[in-house]
Amino acid sequence: MIEVHNLKKSFGILVVLDGVSFCIEKGESVVIIGRSGSGKSVLLKHLIGLLRPDAGEVLIAGENISAMDERQSLRVRRRFGMLFQSSALFDSMTVAENVAFAFRRDRSLTPKDIAERVADVLEMVDLPGTEDKKPSELSGGMRKRVGLARAIIYKPEIVLYDEPTTGLDPIVADSINQLIVRVRDRVRVTTVVVTHDMRSARCLGQRIMMLHDKRIYATGTPDEFFQSADPVVKQFIDGVSDPKEEVYF
Amino acid sequence: MNVAANKRVVESLEGLGRLTLLAKEALVSILTAKVNWQDLLYQLYFMGAKSQPVVLITGAFTGMVLGTQTYFQFHSVKMDTATLAVVGVAMCTELGPVLTGLMVAGRVGAAMAAEIGTMRVTEQIDALRTLATHPVDYLVVPRLLALHVAMPLLTAEAIAFGIGAGYIVGVYLLGIDATYSWHHMLRYTSREDLALGIIKSFVFGGIVAIIGCYKGMNCGEGAEGVGRATTEAVVYSSITILISNFFLTLALGKLLGIL
Repeated sequence: MIEVHNLKKSFGILVVLDGVSFCIEKGESVVIIGRSGSGKSVLLKHLIGLLRPDAGEVLIAGENISAMDERQSLRVRRRFGMLFQSSALFDSMTVAENVAFAFRRDRSLTPKDIAERVADVLEMVDLPGTEDKKPSELSGGMRKRVGLARAIIYKPEIVLYDEPTTGLDPIVADSINQLIVRVRDRVRVTTVVVTHDMRSARCLGQRIMMLHDKRIYATGTPDEFFQSADPVVKQFIDGVSDPKEEVYF
Repeated sequence: MNVAANKRVVESLEGLGRLTLLAKEALVSILTAKVNWQDLLYQLYFMGAKSQPVVLITGAFTGMVLGTQTYFQFHSVKMDTATLAVVGVAMCTELGPVLTGLMVAGRVGAAMAAEIGTMRVTEQIDALRTLATHPVDYLVVPRLLALHVAMPLLTAEAIAFGIGAGYIVGVYLLGIDATYSWHHMLRYTSREDLALGIIKSFVFGGIVAIIGCYKGMNCGEGAEGVGRATTEAVVYSSITILISNFFLTLALGKLLGIL
Protein backbone atom coordinates (compact mmCIF):
# COMPACT_ATOMS: atom_id res chain seq x y z
CA MET A 1 0.00 0.00 0.00
CA ILE A 2 2.78 2.42 1.00
CA GLU A 3 6.31 2.01 -0.31
CA VAL A 4 9.13 4.38 0.57
CA HIS A 5 12.39 4.04 -1.36
CA ASN A 6 15.64 5.72 -0.32
CA LEU A 7 13.96 8.92 0.90
CA LYS A 8 16.26 11.87 1.55
CA LYS A 9 15.32 15.27 2.92
CA SER A 10 17.34 18.23 4.15
CA PHE A 11 16.34 21.67 5.39
CA GLY A 12 19.25 23.92 4.48
CA ILE A 13 22.36 22.20 5.83
CA LEU A 14 20.37 20.08 8.29
CA VAL A 15 19.95 16.53 6.97
CA VAL A 16 16.74 15.05 8.45
CA LEU A 17 16.21 11.88 6.42
CA ASP A 18 19.03 10.10 4.64
CA GLY A 19 17.98 6.96 2.79
CA VAL A 20 14.75 5.90 4.51
CA SER A 21 13.12 2.83 2.96
CA PHE A 22 10.19 0.65 4.11
CA CYS A 23 6.90 -0.88 2.99
CA ILE A 24 3.52 -0.92 4.73
CA GLU A 25 0.94 -3.48 3.68
CA LYS A 26 -2.75 -2.77 3.22
CA GLY A 27 -4.62 -2.94 6.52
CA GLU A 28 -1.41 -3.00 8.55
CA SER A 29 -0.96 -0.89 11.67
CA VAL A 30 2.54 0.55 11.93
CA VAL A 31 4.03 2.77 14.60
CA ILE A 32 7.08 4.89 13.83
CA ILE A 33 9.00 5.83 16.96
CA GLY A 34 12.05 7.98 17.44
CA ARG A 35 13.39 10.81 19.54
CA SER A 36 12.06 14.34 19.31
CA GLY A 37 13.55 16.00 16.25
CA SER A 38 14.49 12.70 14.62
CA GLY A 39 12.30 13.45 11.56
CA LYS A 40 9.19 11.35 12.32
CA SER A 41 6.70 14.09 11.44
CA VAL A 42 8.75 15.01 8.37
CA LEU A 43 8.57 11.39 7.24
CA LEU A 44 4.81 11.28 7.85
CA LYS A 45 4.30 14.46 5.80
CA HIS A 46 6.19 12.87 2.92
CA LEU A 47 3.76 9.93 2.92
CA ILE A 48 0.83 12.22 2.15
CA GLY A 49 2.79 14.54 -0.14
CA LEU A 50 2.81 17.59 2.14
CA LEU A 51 6.60 17.70 1.75
CA ARG A 52 8.64 16.80 -1.32
CA PRO A 53 11.78 14.71 -0.90
CA ASP A 54 15.20 15.82 -2.15
CA ALA A 55 15.67 12.26 -3.46
CA GLY A 56 13.82 8.95 -3.35
CA GLU A 57 10.15 8.20 -3.87
CA VAL A 58 6.93 7.48 -2.02
CA LEU A 59 4.52 5.10 -3.75
CA ILE A 60 0.89 4.98 -2.67
CA ALA A 61 -0.81 1.94 -4.23
CA GLY A 62 1.83 2.11 -6.96
CA GLU A 63 1.50 5.86 -7.64
CA ASN A 64 4.54 8.05 -6.98
CA ILE A 65 3.07 10.91 -4.93
CA SER A 66 6.43 12.60 -4.55
CA ALA A 67 6.64 13.18 -8.31
CA MET A 68 3.19 14.79 -8.55
CA ASP A 69 2.44 18.49 -8.42
CA GLU A 70 0.05 19.86 -5.78
CA ARG A 71 -3.05 19.57 -7.95
CA GLN A 72 -2.28 15.99 -9.09
CA SER A 73 -1.55 14.85 -5.54
CA LEU A 74 -5.04 15.94 -4.37
CA ARG A 75 -6.48 12.84 -6.04
CA VAL A 76 -4.11 10.51 -4.15
CA ARG A 77 -4.73 12.39 -0.88
CA ARG A 78 -8.39 11.38 -1.03
CA ARG A 79 -7.14 7.95 0.10
CA PHE A 80 -5.76 9.52 3.30
CA GLY A 81 -7.01 10.92 6.54
CA MET A 82 -4.59 12.65 8.88
CA LEU A 83 -4.70 13.63 12.53
CA PHE A 84 -2.23 16.42 13.28
CA GLN A 85 -0.25 16.83 16.48
CA SER A 86 -1.97 20.17 17.08
CA SER A 87 -5.28 18.79 15.72
CA ALA A 88 -5.19 21.69 13.18
CA LEU A 89 -8.94 22.32 13.42
CA PHE A 90 -10.27 25.26 11.41
CA ASP A 91 -10.76 27.71 14.27
CA SER A 92 -13.33 29.88 12.49
CA MET A 93 -15.66 26.89 11.97
CA THR A 94 -17.86 24.87 14.32
CA VAL A 95 -17.15 21.22 15.10
CA ALA A 96 -19.79 20.12 12.56
CA GLU A 97 -18.32 22.35 9.83
CA ASN A 98 -14.84 21.03 10.58
CA VAL A 99 -15.93 17.40 10.46
CA ALA A 100 -18.02 17.89 7.31
CA PHE A 101 -15.34 19.89 5.50
CA ALA A 102 -14.53 17.07 3.08
CA PHE A 103 -18.15 17.08 1.86
CA ARG A 104 -18.17 20.83 1.17
CA ARG A 105 -18.28 20.28 -2.57
CA ASP A 106 -20.01 16.93 -2.64
CA ARG A 107 -23.34 17.58 -4.35
CA SER A 108 -24.39 13.93 -4.10
CA LEU A 109 -25.09 14.39 -0.38
CA THR A 110 -27.95 16.48 0.98
CA PRO A 111 -27.36 18.68 4.06
CA LYS A 112 -29.45 16.14 6.01
CA ASP A 113 -27.21 13.25 4.89
CA ILE A 114 -24.12 15.22 5.87
CA ALA A 115 -25.59 16.12 9.27
CA GLU A 116 -26.36 12.42 9.88
CA ARG A 117 -22.85 11.34 8.94
CA VAL A 118 -21.36 14.04 11.16
CA ALA A 119 -23.54 12.90 14.07
CA ASP A 120 -22.54 9.25 13.46
CA VAL A 121 -18.83 9.94 13.38
CA LEU A 122 -19.00 12.23 16.43
CA GLU A 123 -20.81 9.42 18.23
CA MET A 124 -17.99 7.08 17.19
CA VAL A 125 -15.36 9.37 18.74
CA ASP A 126 -17.46 9.80 21.91
CA LEU A 127 -18.37 13.42 21.29
CA PRO A 128 -22.10 13.35 20.55
CA GLY A 129 -23.95 16.68 20.62
CA THR A 130 -20.88 18.88 20.14
CA GLU A 131 -21.73 19.93 16.57
CA ASP A 132 -22.24 23.61 17.36
CA LYS A 133 -19.20 24.12 19.55
CA LYS A 134 -16.15 26.06 18.36
CA PRO A 135 -12.65 24.51 18.64
CA SER A 136 -11.73 27.14 21.25
CA GLU A 137 -14.42 25.69 23.56
CA LEU A 138 -12.88 22.19 23.48
CA SER A 139 -10.17 20.59 25.61
CA GLY A 140 -7.01 19.13 24.02
CA GLY A 141 -8.40 15.58 24.09
CA MET A 142 -11.70 16.69 22.57
CA ARG A 143 -9.88 18.51 19.78
CA LYS A 144 -7.96 15.35 18.96
CA ARG A 145 -11.25 13.47 18.75
CA VAL A 146 -12.75 16.09 16.44
CA GLY A 147 -9.57 15.97 14.33
CA LEU A 148 -9.92 12.20 14.14
CA ALA A 149 -13.62 12.47 13.23
CA ARG A 150 -12.69 14.89 10.43
CA ALA A 151 -10.01 12.48 9.19
CA ILE A 152 -12.22 9.38 9.05
CA ILE A 153 -15.66 10.69 8.05
CA TYR A 154 -15.06 10.06 4.34
CA LYS A 155 -13.77 6.53 5.05
CA PRO A 156 -10.15 6.85 3.87
CA GLU A 157 -8.00 3.80 3.16
CA ILE A 158 -5.03 5.11 5.16
CA VAL A 159 -5.07 7.14 8.37
CA LEU A 160 -1.92 8.94 9.55
CA TYR A 161 -1.55 10.01 13.17
CA ASP A 162 1.08 12.58 14.12
CA GLU A 163 1.81 12.29 17.85
CA PRO A 164 -1.83 11.57 18.77
CA THR A 165 -1.25 11.48 22.54
CA THR A 166 1.31 14.26 22.96
CA GLY A 167 0.25 16.87 25.51
CA LEU A 168 -2.56 14.77 26.97
CA ASP A 169 -2.79 13.32 30.46
CA PRO A 170 -2.28 9.50 30.67
CA ILE A 171 -6.00 8.74 31.01
CA VAL A 172 -7.05 10.88 28.04
CA ALA A 173 -4.05 9.53 26.10
CA ASP A 174 -5.23 5.98 26.77
CA SER A 175 -8.75 6.84 25.63
CA ILE A 176 -7.31 8.25 22.38
CA ASN A 177 -5.30 5.04 21.92
CA GLN A 178 -8.44 2.96 22.43
CA LEU A 179 -10.25 5.18 19.95
CA ILE A 180 -7.54 4.70 17.31
CA VAL A 181 -7.77 0.93 17.79
CA ARG A 182 -11.57 1.11 17.51
CA VAL A 183 -11.34 3.15 14.30
CA ARG A 184 -8.75 0.80 12.88
CA ASP A 185 -10.90 -2.26 13.57
CA ARG A 186 -14.25 -0.75 12.57
CA VAL A 187 -13.20 1.15 9.45
CA ARG A 188 -10.45 -1.37 8.56
CA VAL A 189 -7.88 1.20 7.53
CA THR A 190 -4.13 1.10 7.10
CA THR A 191 -2.79 2.96 10.12
CA VAL A 192 0.51 4.80 10.48
CA VAL A 193 1.20 6.36 13.88
CA VAL A 194 4.16 8.57 14.69
CA THR A 195 4.85 8.79 18.40
CA HIS A 196 7.49 8.77 21.10
CA ASP A 197 4.99 7.47 23.65
CA MET A 198 5.93 3.81 24.20
CA ARG A 199 2.54 2.97 25.74
CA SER A 200 0.90 4.12 22.51
CA ALA A 201 3.43 2.20 20.44
CA ARG A 202 2.73 -1.04 22.28
CA CYS A 203 -1.04 -0.51 22.16
CA LEU A 204 -1.37 0.58 18.51
CA GLY A 205 1.32 -1.15 16.51
CA GLN A 206 1.29 -4.50 14.80
CA ARG A 207 4.78 -3.47 13.72
CA ILE A 208 7.12 -0.83 15.15
CA MET A 209 9.81 0.99 13.20
CA MET A 210 12.42 3.12 14.89
CA LEU A 211 13.76 6.19 13.14
CA HIS A 212 17.28 6.91 14.35
CA ASP A 213 20.29 8.59 12.84
CA LYS A 214 18.25 9.78 9.81
CA ARG A 215 17.11 6.29 8.73
CA ILE A 216 15.03 3.31 9.86
CA TYR A 217 17.25 1.83 12.52
CA ALA A 218 15.14 -1.12 13.65
CA THR A 219 11.84 -2.76 12.83
CA GLY A 220 9.85 -5.55 14.45
CA THR A 221 6.71 -6.54 16.32
CA PRO A 222 6.01 -4.81 19.65
CA ASP A 223 7.15 -7.93 21.55
CA GLU A 224 10.42 -8.09 19.60
CA PHE A 225 10.98 -4.41 20.23
CA PHE A 226 10.34 -4.47 23.93
CA GLN A 227 12.63 -7.48 24.35
CA SER A 228 15.37 -6.04 22.15
CA ALA A 229 18.90 -6.05 23.50
CA ASP A 230 20.04 -3.37 21.04
CA PRO A 231 21.46 -0.52 23.18
CA VAL A 232 19.86 2.27 21.10
CA VAL A 233 16.42 0.62 21.12
CA LYS A 234 16.71 -0.29 24.79
CA GLN A 235 17.77 3.22 25.78
CA PHE A 236 14.77 4.68 23.95
CA ILE A 237 12.29 2.20 25.42
CA ASP A 238 13.64 2.66 28.95
CA GLY A 239 13.75 6.42 28.48
CA VAL A 240 17.26 6.74 29.88
CA SER A 241 19.31 9.80 28.91
CA ASP A 242 22.98 9.48 28.09
CA PRO A 243 24.98 11.56 30.58
CA LYS A 244 27.75 12.08 28.01
CA GLU A 245 25.32 13.46 25.46
CA GLU A 246 24.97 17.21 25.20
CA VAL A 247 21.43 18.33 25.92
CA TYR A 248 20.42 21.86 24.97
CA PHE A 249 17.81 23.55 27.09
CA MET B 1 28.68 43.52 2.52
CA ASN B 2 28.54 42.33 -1.09
CA VAL B 3 27.49 38.83 -0.03
CA ALA B 4 24.70 40.21 2.13
CA ALA B 5 23.53 42.50 -0.69
CA ASN B 6 23.63 39.64 -3.20
CA LYS B 7 21.65 37.42 -0.83
CA ARG B 8 19.03 40.14 -0.45
CA VAL B 9 18.71 40.57 -4.21
CA VAL B 10 18.40 36.80 -4.72
CA GLU B 11 15.77 36.55 -1.96
CA SER B 12 13.81 39.45 -3.47
CA LEU B 13 13.87 37.84 -6.91
CA GLU B 14 12.84 34.48 -5.45
CA GLY B 15 9.96 36.17 -3.64
CA LEU B 16 8.87 37.89 -6.83
CA GLY B 17 9.01 34.55 -8.64
CA ARG B 18 6.88 32.84 -5.98
CA LEU B 19 4.38 35.70 -6.09
CA THR B 20 4.11 35.33 -9.87
CA LEU B 21 3.62 31.57 -9.54
CA LEU B 22 0.86 32.16 -6.98
CA ALA B 23 -0.86 34.60 -9.35
CA LYS B 24 -0.54 32.05 -12.17
CA GLU B 25 -1.92 29.26 -9.97
CA ALA B 26 -4.85 31.49 -8.98
CA LEU B 27 -5.58 32.26 -12.64
CA VAL B 28 -5.46 28.56 -13.53
CA SER B 29 -7.79 27.82 -10.63
CA ILE B 30 -10.28 30.51 -11.71
CA LEU B 31 -10.28 29.11 -15.25
CA THR B 32 -10.43 25.41 -14.38
CA ALA B 33 -11.77 24.84 -10.86
CA LYS B 34 -15.30 25.57 -9.73
CA VAL B 35 -15.63 28.75 -7.71
CA ASN B 36 -17.37 28.27 -4.39
CA TRP B 37 -20.06 30.98 -4.48
CA GLN B 38 -20.68 30.82 -0.75
CA ASP B 39 -17.03 31.62 0.02
CA LEU B 40 -17.04 34.34 -2.64
CA LEU B 41 -20.17 35.98 -1.21
CA TYR B 42 -18.73 35.91 2.31
CA GLN B 43 -15.50 37.55 1.11
CA LEU B 44 -17.51 40.13 -0.86
CA TYR B 45 -19.39 40.98 2.31
CA PHE B 46 -16.25 41.14 4.45
CA MET B 47 -14.05 42.98 1.97
CA GLY B 48 -16.66 45.04 0.17
CA ALA B 49 -19.63 45.80 2.38
CA LYS B 50 -17.63 46.11 5.61
CA SER B 51 -14.99 48.34 3.98
CA GLN B 52 -17.60 50.94 2.99
CA PRO B 53 -17.47 53.18 6.08
CA VAL B 54 -13.70 53.69 5.94
CA VAL B 55 -13.70 54.18 2.16
CA LEU B 56 -16.64 56.59 2.16
CA ILE B 57 -15.18 58.72 4.95
CA THR B 58 -11.87 58.84 3.06
CA GLY B 59 -13.58 59.76 -0.23
CA ALA B 60 -15.83 62.41 1.32
CA PHE B 61 -13.16 64.25 3.29
CA THR B 62 -10.69 64.07 0.40
CA GLY B 63 -13.31 65.68 -1.87
CA MET B 64 -14.00 68.32 0.77
CA VAL B 65 -10.38 69.28 1.36
CA LEU B 66 -9.56 69.18 -2.34
CA GLY B 67 -12.54 71.43 -3.09
CA THR B 68 -11.51 73.87 -0.39
CA GLN B 69 -7.86 74.06 -1.47
CA THR B 70 -8.78 74.37 -5.14
CA TYR B 71 -11.25 77.11 -4.31
CA PHE B 72 -8.56 79.08 -2.42
CA GLN B 73 -6.34 79.02 -5.51
CA PHE B 74 -9.04 79.54 -8.14
CA HIS B 75 -10.83 82.30 -6.24
CA SER B 76 -7.85 84.62 -6.69
CA VAL B 77 -8.09 84.27 -10.51
CA LYS B 78 -11.92 84.37 -10.55
CA MET B 79 -12.30 80.73 -11.58
CA ASP B 80 -14.46 79.67 -8.62
CA THR B 81 -16.89 77.65 -10.72
CA ALA B 82 -14.08 75.42 -12.06
CA THR B 83 -13.47 74.10 -8.54
CA LEU B 84 -15.82 71.14 -8.79
CA ALA B 85 -14.44 70.20 -12.23
CA VAL B 86 -10.98 69.79 -10.66
CA VAL B 87 -12.47 67.75 -7.84
CA GLY B 88 -14.34 65.57 -10.34
CA VAL B 89 -11.33 64.84 -12.56
CA ALA B 90 -8.94 64.31 -9.63
CA MET B 91 -11.34 62.03 -7.76
CA CYS B 92 -12.10 59.93 -10.85
CA THR B 93 -8.58 59.51 -12.19
CA GLU B 94 -6.29 59.50 -9.16
CA LEU B 95 -7.59 60.14 -5.67
CA GLY B 96 -10.59 57.83 -5.81
CA PRO B 97 -8.79 54.65 -6.93
CA VAL B 98 -5.48 55.30 -5.13
CA LEU B 99 -6.91 56.28 -1.75
CA THR B 100 -9.48 53.47 -1.90
CA GLY B 101 -6.65 51.06 -2.79
CA LEU B 102 -4.54 52.25 0.13
CA MET B 103 -7.40 52.09 2.62
CA VAL B 104 -8.40 48.61 1.46
CA ALA B 105 -4.76 47.49 1.59
CA GLY B 106 -4.68 48.62 5.22
CA ARG B 107 -7.95 47.02 6.21
CA VAL B 108 -8.32 43.96 4.00
CA GLY B 109 -4.72 43.19 2.96
CA ALA B 110 -3.64 43.11 6.59
CA ALA B 111 -6.60 40.92 7.59
CA MET B 112 -5.90 38.48 4.74
CA ALA B 113 -2.21 38.12 5.62
CA ALA B 114 -2.99 37.70 9.34
CA GLU B 115 -5.76 35.13 8.80
CA ILE B 116 -3.91 33.02 6.25
CA GLY B 117 -0.63 33.39 8.17
CA THR B 118 -2.27 32.12 11.35
CA MET B 119 -3.70 29.19 9.39
CA ARG B 120 -0.22 28.43 8.11
CA VAL B 121 1.54 28.44 11.47
CA THR B 122 -1.21 26.35 13.11
CA GLU B 123 -1.02 23.71 10.32
CA GLN B 124 -4.56 24.52 9.12
CA ILE B 125 -3.30 24.96 5.56
CA ASP B 126 -1.65 21.52 5.75
CA ALA B 127 -4.97 20.18 7.07
CA LEU B 128 -6.72 21.68 4.03
CA ARG B 129 -4.26 19.88 1.78
CA THR B 130 -4.81 16.55 3.53
CA LEU B 131 -8.55 17.04 2.93
CA ALA B 132 -7.81 17.14 -0.82
CA THR B 133 -8.43 20.88 -1.01
CA HIS B 134 -6.00 23.09 -2.91
CA PRO B 135 -5.15 26.10 -0.68
CA VAL B 136 -5.20 28.42 -3.70
CA ASP B 137 -8.73 27.28 -4.65
CA TYR B 138 -10.03 27.69 -1.11
CA LEU B 139 -8.09 30.67 0.25
CA VAL B 140 -6.80 32.76 -2.64
CA VAL B 141 -9.41 32.56 -5.41
CA PRO B 142 -12.46 33.77 -3.40
CA ARG B 143 -10.44 36.66 -1.98
CA LEU B 144 -8.98 37.61 -5.35
CA LEU B 145 -12.33 37.54 -7.15
CA ALA B 146 -14.05 39.37 -4.29
CA LEU B 147 -11.53 42.20 -4.36
CA HIS B 148 -11.66 42.41 -8.16
CA VAL B 149 -15.41 42.97 -7.82
CA ALA B 150 -15.46 45.02 -4.61
CA MET B 151 -12.63 47.44 -5.35
CA PRO B 152 -14.22 49.10 -8.43
CA LEU B 153 -17.53 49.39 -6.55
CA LEU B 154 -15.85 50.91 -3.49
CA THR B 155 -13.90 53.26 -5.74
CA ALA B 156 -17.09 54.37 -7.52
CA GLU B 157 -18.62 55.08 -4.12
CA ALA B 158 -15.56 57.00 -2.96
CA ILE B 159 -15.61 59.08 -6.17
CA ALA B 160 -19.33 59.82 -5.82
CA PHE B 161 -18.97 60.78 -2.15
CA GLY B 162 -15.87 62.88 -2.89
CA ILE B 163 -17.61 64.86 -5.62
CA GLY B 164 -20.79 65.16 -3.54
CA ALA B 165 -18.87 66.37 -0.48
CA GLY B 166 -16.84 68.78 -2.65
CA TYR B 167 -20.10 70.16 -4.07
CA ILE B 168 -21.62 70.66 -0.62
CA VAL B 169 -18.51 72.44 0.71
CA GLY B 170 -18.12 74.54 -2.46
CA VAL B 171 -21.74 75.58 -2.81
CA TYR B 172 -23.01 75.79 0.79
CA LEU B 173 -19.83 76.74 2.65
CA LEU B 174 -17.74 78.69 0.14
CA GLY B 175 -20.63 80.17 -1.84
CA ILE B 176 -19.74 78.98 -5.36
CA ASP B 177 -22.56 79.16 -7.90
CA ALA B 178 -24.25 75.75 -7.89
CA THR B 179 -25.41 75.60 -11.53
CA TYR B 180 -22.11 76.62 -13.14
CA SER B 181 -20.16 74.43 -10.74
CA TRP B 182 -22.20 71.36 -11.65
CA HIS B 183 -22.17 72.21 -15.36
CA HIS B 184 -18.37 72.61 -15.43
CA MET B 185 -17.87 69.41 -13.48
CA LEU B 186 -19.96 67.46 -16.01
CA ARG B 187 -18.27 69.19 -18.94
CA TYR B 188 -14.68 68.54 -17.89
CA THR B 189 -15.04 65.14 -16.24
CA SER B 190 -15.25 62.65 -19.08
CA ARG B 191 -16.34 59.05 -19.20
CA GLU B 192 -12.72 58.17 -19.96
CA ASP B 193 -11.64 59.72 -16.65
CA LEU B 194 -14.10 57.52 -14.82
CA ALA B 195 -13.06 54.45 -16.86
CA LEU B 196 -9.40 55.16 -16.02
CA GLY B 197 -10.18 55.18 -12.30
CA ILE B 198 -12.33 52.07 -12.38
CA ILE B 199 -9.79 50.06 -14.41
CA LYS B 200 -7.04 51.14 -12.02
CA SER B 201 -9.11 50.05 -9.05
CA PHE B 202 -9.65 46.63 -10.65
CA VAL B 203 -5.86 46.22 -10.91
CA PHE B 204 -5.32 47.51 -7.35
CA GLY B 205 -7.82 44.93 -6.09
CA GLY B 206 -5.70 42.17 -7.62
CA ILE B 207 -2.52 43.64 -6.14
CA VAL B 208 -3.92 43.82 -2.59
CA ALA B 209 -5.38 40.29 -2.77
CA ILE B 210 -2.34 38.56 -4.26
CA ILE B 211 0.18 40.27 -1.98
CA GLY B 212 -1.99 39.73 1.12
CA CYS B 213 -2.48 36.03 0.33
CA TYR B 214 1.15 35.54 -0.66
CA LYS B 215 2.45 37.10 2.55
CA GLY B 216 0.07 34.97 4.62
CA MET B 217 0.92 31.71 2.85
CA ASN B 218 4.66 32.34 3.13
CA CYS B 219 4.84 33.87 6.60
CA GLY B 220 7.50 32.92 9.14
CA GLU B 221 6.89 30.81 12.21
CA GLY B 222 5.01 31.97 15.29
CA ALA B 223 3.33 35.20 16.28
CA GLU B 224 6.32 37.23 15.10
CA GLY B 225 6.10 35.69 11.63
CA VAL B 226 2.39 36.49 11.36
CA GLY B 227 2.97 40.05 12.59
CA ARG B 228 5.74 40.61 10.08
CA ALA B 229 3.67 39.14 7.23
CA THR B 230 0.79 41.46 8.13
CA THR B 231 3.02 44.56 8.14
CA GLU B 232 4.72 43.55 4.90
CA ALA B 233 1.38 42.88 3.20
CA VAL B 234 0.24 46.45 3.90
CA VAL B 235 3.57 48.09 3.07
CA TYR B 236 4.20 46.13 -0.14
CA SER B 237 0.59 46.50 -1.34
CA SER B 238 0.67 50.25 -0.74
CA ILE B 239 4.02 50.73 -2.47
CA THR B 240 2.98 48.55 -5.41
CA ILE B 241 -0.26 50.53 -5.76
CA LEU B 242 1.61 53.84 -5.81
CA ILE B 243 4.23 52.67 -8.29
CA SER B 244 1.83 50.85 -10.60
CA ASN B 245 -0.49 53.88 -10.52
CA PHE B 246 2.08 55.93 -12.42
CA PHE B 247 2.51 53.33 -15.15
CA LEU B 248 -1.22 52.65 -15.34
CA THR B 249 -1.86 56.38 -15.73
CA LEU B 250 0.55 56.53 -18.66
CA ALA B 251 -0.63 53.33 -20.34
CA LEU B 252 -4.37 53.77 -19.81
CA GLY B 253 -4.15 57.48 -20.58
CA LYS B 254 -2.73 56.64 -24.01
CA LEU B 255 -5.17 53.78 -24.49
CA LEU B 256 -8.24 55.81 -23.54
CA GLY B 257 -7.07 58.89 -25.42
CA ILE B 258 -6.80 61.13 -22.36
CA LEU B 259 -3.09 61.88 -22.85
